[in-house]
Amino acid sequence: MSMRDLRNLFLAALALGLVALLPLYDTGYILSIATTMAMFTVLATSWALFSGPTHYISLATAAFFGLGTFVTGLGFQTLPMWVLPIIAAGLGAVLAALVGLVTLRLSGVYFVIFTLGLAELVRQVVTWVQNRTGQRGMYVLTSITERDIYWQLIGMAALVFLVGWLIARSRLGFALRIIGNDETVAKHSGIDTAAAKVLLFMISGAVAAVVGAMMAPRYIYIEPSTAFAPILSFQVVIMALLGGTGRLWGPLAGVIPFTLLWEFISRNAPNQTLLLLGIAFLVIVYVLPGGFVGLYERLRHRFGSGGH
Amino acid sequence: MKRRSLMMGAATAAILAAGITAAQAQDTIRLGAAAPKTGPLAGGADVTHWPAVRLWVHLTNEAGGLQLADGPALIELIEYDDQTNPQQAIQAAQRMATQDRVDFMVAPYSTGLNLAAAPIFSQLGYPQITGTNVTNQQPELSAQFPGMFFVLGRTGVMAEDTAQVLVDLRESGEIGSRVALVNVADAFGIEMAGISRAVLEENGFEIVYQTSYPLGTQDIAPIIDGARAAEPDAFIAWSYPGDTFALTDQAIVQNFTPSVFFTAVATAFPSYYGRFGEQAEGVMGMGGVNPDDPAFQAFAEAHTELSGQGPDFWASASTYATLEILGQAIEATGSKDRAVVMEYLQDNSNTYETVLGPVQFNEMNDNERYWTVGQWQDGVFRGVAARGRDGVSDVILKDGWD
Repeated sequence: MSMRDLRNLFLAALALGLVALLPLYDTGYILSIATTMAMFTVLATSWALFSGPTHYISLATAAFFGLGTFVTGLGFQTLPMWVLPIIAAGLGAVLAALVGLVTLRLSGVYFVIFTLGLAELVRQVVTWVQNRTGQRGMYVLTSITERDIYWQLIGMAALVFLVGWLIARSRLGFALRIIGNDETVAKHSGIDTAAAKVLLFMISGAVAAVVGAMMAPRYIYIEPSTAFAPILSFQVVIMALLGGTGRLWGPLAGVIPFTLLWEFISRNAPNQTLLLLGIAFLVIVYVLPGGFVGLYERLRHRFGSGGH
Repeated sequence: MKRRSLMMGAATAAILAAGITAAQAQDTIRLGAAAPKTGPLAGGADVTHWPAVRLWVHLTNEAGGLQLADGPALIELIEYDDQTNPQQAIQAAQRMATQDRVDFMVAPYSTGLNLAAAPIFSQLGYPQITGTNVTNQQPELSAQFPGMFFVLGRTGVMAEDTAQVLVDLRESGEIGSRVALVNVADAFGIEMAGISRAVLEENGFEIVYQTSYPLGTQDIAPIIDGARAAEPDAFIAWSYPGDTFALTDQAIVQNFTPSVFFTAVATAFPSYYGRFGEQAEGVMGMGGVNPDDPAFQAFAEAHTELSGQGPDFWASASTYATLEILGQAIEATGSKDRAVVMEYLQDNSNTYETVLGPVQFNEMNDNERYWTVGQWQDGVFRGVAARGRDGVSDVILKDGWD
């Protein structure tokens, strides 16, 4: 570990520490936006851990997220709260492994289509089980406040950044970058491409399930149609791509402006929200094809502040 | 020079005039409202929620506003779209309370969005008088959120009353014991089907056909086909708006003619009669009103005049009633101080005069008087079963589709 790594670690820890102090300053409007940002930061960063290097676009975030909310909804009365995210992580990883083993051996397009259908598949299975057992919508009534949820998410973000940082420095990270550049070459170099991809997909799925488990007390009423809402998967992809996936901080650079933009539009044009968001997205894609990371790299290149 | 001074004079006059108007301006009450304008529930909110909210604000301001202790106050309505998304509903409630600093907030639309926003209402001390929240959890919810009030009624009671209509019809010898029971496989449908099945079986009815279908199913034909083959006396469907229309459509196409034809949500929409016309005659559904009540007639007329469409015959009136209750609590206390108004609302001895008739909350913040089952009769969706409401009409049997 070089001095530079140590410095970066220290700065990241300092930044997270500062961010974690936010609830002491405000527990209302700003905290509620910050909680949304923290949620998307964790989801988009963990999404990019897998999709960034491999270029496999996953639309399965909502499936894992919904699974996590149901873990909390079913278990919060009988199990201690701290156990639920762990169970959610386990189930998320198992689901991701199953899906990954089936689809990741195939080429990218099959994967995208399957993940898009996955949330709907899981939703229908959950609904079917509920229908068979006469189980109804669940009310997650707890004493957990938004502040608690925010801190949980910040803790999760720290974990995801740490894992991402470690992966990038490991043999696994190196293998994934080769897979992303040319999968055939990777295979011929003796890399077990399927195992590497499945492993990363499991991490990303487990994280999304944990976030779902943490968010359930905020939604209070858990029903399949909102827990598995597909828009979440698309939001995560849009934010991660706006930021750029080339670097660990890329998704964060997308989440913050996008959440603020969304809030600004919701507030000032309540009747045209989706229309304006669509236009904003088109403009972003047109002006910033590589996301903010791409812009940053271009600028760095142009002004020659040295590469790495 | 002359011209300039003339303009100066005009400008001064304008400024003075503005100053005078400002000095005379009344106090205002800022009322925030976030509900779906986009997303899956936008259609329902557009029929039931928004027109009722805007109508109350319009009529209240036209009448000079609400009377506070120090004079009248006009209502200023601030609207947001929650995109049928709990995340956005939470954020919108926060925004209205802390950024727009609204004095009061209209409760959101639908059970899920009301519950997502409940902690915000509760933490910031806003009364949440809900008009479109059907639940059975009043004891737990009112314990956790003491400022949450329930006007629309209980799911359990509605399912029981629907089953009871069949029990009464059989006792008077008008129908037999064969029932087909279907439901949309969603929290609402599953719960309602479970309760009504239990009540029917307790009363010795025979469930000759039971099935469910996923939310958003396009092809409803096999369900009607299966139900028709079982030759039931009564068909009960715990359905959502899209499938309510589709089930009726298919029943007409296949000429499925049980003596009782019941579809749940949206049967009470004016667009249901608009679509099926006289074929809707005799169809039963959730909700109902007393169309002979002058209070409802006046409400329906004003609703049509302002929004160009009539109210639905169920939750439109209860949404409107939530604001009447809030307005009466504000006027009774003469204050827009939320803590004072909240205290008044939590006092169970207070009664409110609303379009639904008198409303009073019990110790669980629950309104115990409401319509449970309605039926299309002569182009009006009349209440045929209710708890504690006058003007219940007699049930008629459905006599085919022609």
